[in-house]
Amino acid sequence: MQSSDLVAFGVFFLVLAAVARPLGHYVAACMDGSTPTFAWLRWIEGQVVRLAGVDPDRSMSWKEFAIALLMFNAVGAVVMFSMLVGIDGLSWHLAMNTTISFVTNTNWQSYSGETTLSATTQMLCCSVQNFASPATGFAVLAMISRAIGGRAELGSFWIDVLRFLLYVLLPLSLILAVILVTQGVLQTAGATVTIDHVGAATQTVHVGPVASQVAIKQLGTNGGGYYGVNSAHPLENPTSLTNLFECIALLLIPVAMPFTYARMIKRDAQAWPIVGAMLVLFVVGLSVASWAETQGTAALGGQISMEGKEARFSPIASALWSTATTATSNGSVNGMHDSFMPLTGFVQMMNMLVGEVIFGGIGSGMYGMILFIIVAVFISGLMVGRTPEYMGRKIEATEIKLAMSAILIPNVTILLVASLAALLPAGTSSIANPGPHGLSEILYAAASTVGNNGSAFAGLATNTVFYNSLLSVAILIGRYAVILPILAIAGSLSKKTVVPASAGTLPTDTFLFGLLLLMVIVIVGALTFFPVLALGPLVEHSLFNAGISF
Amino acid sequence: MSTTTSSFSLFTTSIVRQSLLDAVRKLDPRVQVKNPVMFIVYLGSIACTIVCGVDLVANRADIFTTQITIWLWFTVLFANWAEAVAEGRGKAQARSLRAARAGTTARRLRNGVEEIVASTELNVGDMVVCERSDVIPSDGDVVEGIASIDESAITGESAPVIRESGGDRCAVTGGTVVLSDRIIVRITAATGGTFLDRMISLVEGAQRQRTPNEIALSILLLALTFIFVAAVATLLPLANVLTPTAGSAATSFLTLPVLIALLVCLIPTTIGALLSAIGISGMDRMLRRNVVAKSGKAIEAAGDVDVLLLDKTGTITLGNRMAVDFIPMPGVSARELADAAQLASLADETPEGRSVVVLAKERFELRGREMSSSHAVFIPFTAHSRMSGVDLDVAPSMRSIRKGAADAVIAWAERLGGATPAALRPTVENVARMGGTPLVVADGALLLGVIHLKDVIKDGIRTRFEQLRRMGIRTVMVTGDNPITAAAIAAEAGVDDFIAEATPEAKLAKIRAEQQRGRLVAMIGDGTNDAPALAQADVGVAMNTGTQAAREAGNMVDLDSNPTKLIDVVEVGKQLLMTRGALTTFSIANDVAKYFAILPALFAGLYATPHGSGALAWLNIMGLATPRSAILSAVIFNALVIIALIPLALRGVSYRSRGANDVLLRNLLIFGVGGLVVPFVGIKLIDMLLVALGWR
Repeated sequence: MQSSDLVAFGVFFLVLAAVARPLGHYVAACMDGSTPTFAWLRWIEGQVVRLAGVDPDRSMSWKEFAIALLMFNAVGAVVMFSMLVGIDGLSWHLAMNTTISFVTNTNWQSYSGETTLSATTQMLCCSVQNFASPATGFAVLAMISRAIGGRAELGSFWIDVLRFLLYVLLPLSLILAVILVTQGVLQTAGATVTIDHVGAATQTVHVGPVASQVAIKQLGTNGGGYYGVNSAHPLENPTSLTNLFECIALLLIPVAMPFTYARMIKRDAQAWPIVGAMLVLFVVGLSVASWAETQGTAALGGQISMEGKEARFSPIASALWSTATTATSNGSVNGMHDSFMPLTGFVQMMNMLVGEVIFGGIGSGMYGMILFIIVAVFISGLMVGRTPEYMGRKIEATEIKLAMSAILIPNVTILLVASLAALLPAGTSSIANPGPHGLSEILYAAASTVGNNGSAFAGLATNTVFYNSLLSVAILIGRYAVILPILAIAGSLSKKTVVPASAGTLPTDTFLFGLLLLMVIVIVGALTFFPVLALGPLVEHSLFNAGISF
Repeated sequence: MSTTTSSFSLFTTSIVRQSLLDAVRKLDPRVQVKNPVMFIVYLGSIACTIVCGVDLVANRADIFTTQITIWLWFTVLFANWAEAVAEGRGKAQARSLRAARAGTTARRLRNGVEEIVASTELNVGDMVVCERSDVIPSDGDVVEGIASIDESAITGESAPVIRESGGDRCAVTGGTVVLSDRIIVRITAATGGTFLDRMISLVEGAQRQRTPNEIALSILLLALTFIFVAAVATLLPLANVLTPTAGSAATSFLTLPVLIALLVCLIPTTIGALLSAIGISGMDRMLRRNVVAKSGKAIEAAGDVDVLLLDKTGTITLGNRMAVDFIPMPGVSARELADAAQLASLADETPEGRSVVVLAKERFELRGREMSSSHAVFIPFTAHSRMSGVDLDVAPSMRSIRKGAADAVIAWAERLGGATPAALRPTVENVARMGGTPLVVADGALLLGVIHLKDVIKDGIRTRFEQLRRMGIRTVMVTGDNPITAAAIAAEAGVDDFIAEATPEAKLAKIRAEQQRGRLVAMIGDGTNDAPALAQADVGVAMNTGTQAAREAGNMVDLDSNPTKLIDVVEVGKQLLMTRGALTTFSIANDVAKYFAILPALFAGLYATPHGSGALAWLNIMGLATPRSAILSAVIFNALVIIALIPLALRGVSYRSRGANDVLLRNLLIFGVGGLVVPFVGIKLIDMLLVALGWR
């Protein structure tokens, strides 16, 4: 590890540690409508609300909330699909896959952005959904937080989305875009630049509004790059400094979410065990990845592998990014995950397979965590001899049914999608590398889509009818088979009488509970996939050490 | 019936024999399907058996597959056995209860004429006559007469109890025996719905409905099972991706029996197998404490109770007041007062009277004197005079000593020409304020002083309340005393709250108020006027001595009629939930070790170099001998652990009243960490044993 890596690590962790809590509390305040500053933004909010004819004080039931959310996403999808087909002439299956992927905050790309999409669709489709989809995820978190926090009113989907856009996403992405531009990231209305090289050849470089899209793709846990190679492209991510900024942006809002949640349920201390469990998983993954990337391997004659990584960034910086992007369900990359060491691949996949709850996507990471909290509360509640309760509300059959289905359905979907791809010739024909690496490619695609991450283990050619369709279904299940149970849980919890806490109530703001939560995530989330992971990255790791590759 | 004997043996021969038979009988698919987790094992066993059969016919029978099949069946049988053992005790009890009910006849009164009918023909509202040595034919209320009754068939308590018409002791239970006198009983329960009938069906588990927490836990286990079914079912197609490069080593070992073995090891069979046994044993543990719970739900609710409503008398205090102090008036020594008080009480056989004698002896070594020689005439207490005492014929005059209610004794002394010392009335009031009862003592016209009678708090009850508080349970004392007295006793006993001058309505209102704040309330009661409160409470324990109305209203009946039982009831409820949680944790934690046993075994030869080991051989951290011994060891461990945990499931995890966090830490250390470590050791030992037996 070089000293520059140490400095980068230091800045990365320090900035996030310093910002997480205040940002989280700021977001919570915004959701209450008690924004501390920005009077003029409030004026805009008022105007938008008035124009839209939404009654800002009218709270929704969980079903109304769900319908509003689905409508919002459906309208966005119809618009995007028609533009992709109409303007850029995409095939129906690629347009469908891309639409679903962007609307659900997944940003899985079966295409190469700069050559497939025009600047118009990049801005009007991709960037719009880059804002709309994280706001959707956050609205779900805001809503269940109100239910758990004991408020009778669950809030309005429209107001939540609007406020999150106005007060959080727009200002932050504006700031980041300006910073990136100063560092040399492109921002122009032009489409291509032709460069005459001093030999005979000319080169056509695709340009466009890159900085603005990079900012929101990083901040909004989106990940869909302007360029096909994403932030490995020098015009998206030119320097080590932009790399650090973009890396911090990956985690900025996700690390704030537990604090937002704790503030919204009016119990600040509840954030710590959650953040603790997430942090442990993150740091363990990062350590494994960093170690793996800095080891020579017998397959390369003892050399450190740099294939697929940017020489501008150190292997450590690549390991950090790849851990952060898979943990947060972002999916942007600054190197090709396919080329990373098998153990790094193990970490990347594990991050996604546990349900994208290691900070996770905006809103979705924290509400995914609530599922594990419910399971942990249930098991530990029984162990202390009381009907389990969380924040004074009894966790009963309804909640367990909903929470377990939101854990079970995505997990089973990942396994089924991977198996289908493995069984059918249409699936296996896309595999670039035989053997364990090919298995990893399939598993990664399934995990990334169901987990709404969107990053790809390159090597799998996915722009086929089979993969575009299969993965679209995977993405939809991964998104809505979690959101709908979460909203239903909120609906169920909000109707329950609050049991006052006593010495017999299990406190959930303790170290012990954090530990238990960690165990539940590892055992429930990870054990499911241990056999497949063993056959993929773990076998590959052993073979690499023995000098074998396929 | 011997429920009062606390000696507890799980495996009496008769229960074992019966339960082994039942375990086999429970292989009926209609029984198996009720437990989804074990049903998967059941189906797996059948599938393996079919594979074995096909192999046998094809003349390629494999000892390994056969072994797996045998152990899978054992897993199913062990689960059945656990349930059968749990039911066994109840069944034995039910048999003896049935004996009490069998073939009784009744002497029905119709228009004043007795007729003999079978007890099954009785209807609600019929009048029956019961005399000495008659078995009471059904539940009812005594409407005429008084009798002593042997209720040992129900309660196990051999001392007879008195039942009389009117008041709170009118309820009689079918199956109990009249020992003396004659009573007329109005039948209140229809055939099949008597207390005895319900008790029989409860202990047999026939009507056992799954409780809310049990249902939620079953859903959790079912979901986990589904996840593992998916994980195992997709293993073959996913491993097949490796076939082009790894050859047959990728999938050669993934036969149906092996995959089923993997699945059975991963799904939570331990808790799945023991879940129903835990529920049944909760009922059984209540019974062993002589409490009949009308449903499992009530037991579970007991674990959640936040507030206990406890009657002062009998629960918090001993039933009677005791003398604790002699307060003399100016000019009188305490010894003189004690001496007079003792004389006045020597013949007073009430507990209060005896306590005065005891206190005088303790304080001043005043021994009881032989009174007959002094020509003593004892004046008993009457409701009219409100005092008692003694007239002593001591030459040359008569000495009259009286003790009793302040007003009465003062009036008596003043009539004899005595004067009331100025300090007397303040002293009397002071004693009352401290929660005591003042008795004034007069020797003739001379008012000597005051005896302080006090409610005596039961030994250890304060500690008990402290334990409850640590568990987060508030105690509320209910008493008919005035608020001042109640407050003093409440403070001394360490209860959190009290209701003074309590009426049944006040109790009911208190329960409703607590429930509105989201709390669960438990209470114990006996009288008819307790019935509404018993019905309103989340856990209502009716005393067996109580009225039929109270017994109907509560969801538990305490056969010992001991108000302190409420605390036991809470403990059993908590223990029930804790046992489920602990075994779930243990069961899930086990999976880690099983993976390390089975996974390297499944893919042992994967990418193996000609002389080296496979690519996943390093996962075999336990160093299990061969792939086959590894898989078999895991399956055997999985089956045996069910047997090993049956006693724990039936007894419940050990319970201490601590705060929730402490309890969680303790159980996590034992069952979480234990669940991680134990299977590593167990599987390794079984593997070594298999190798020693020549198994490879």
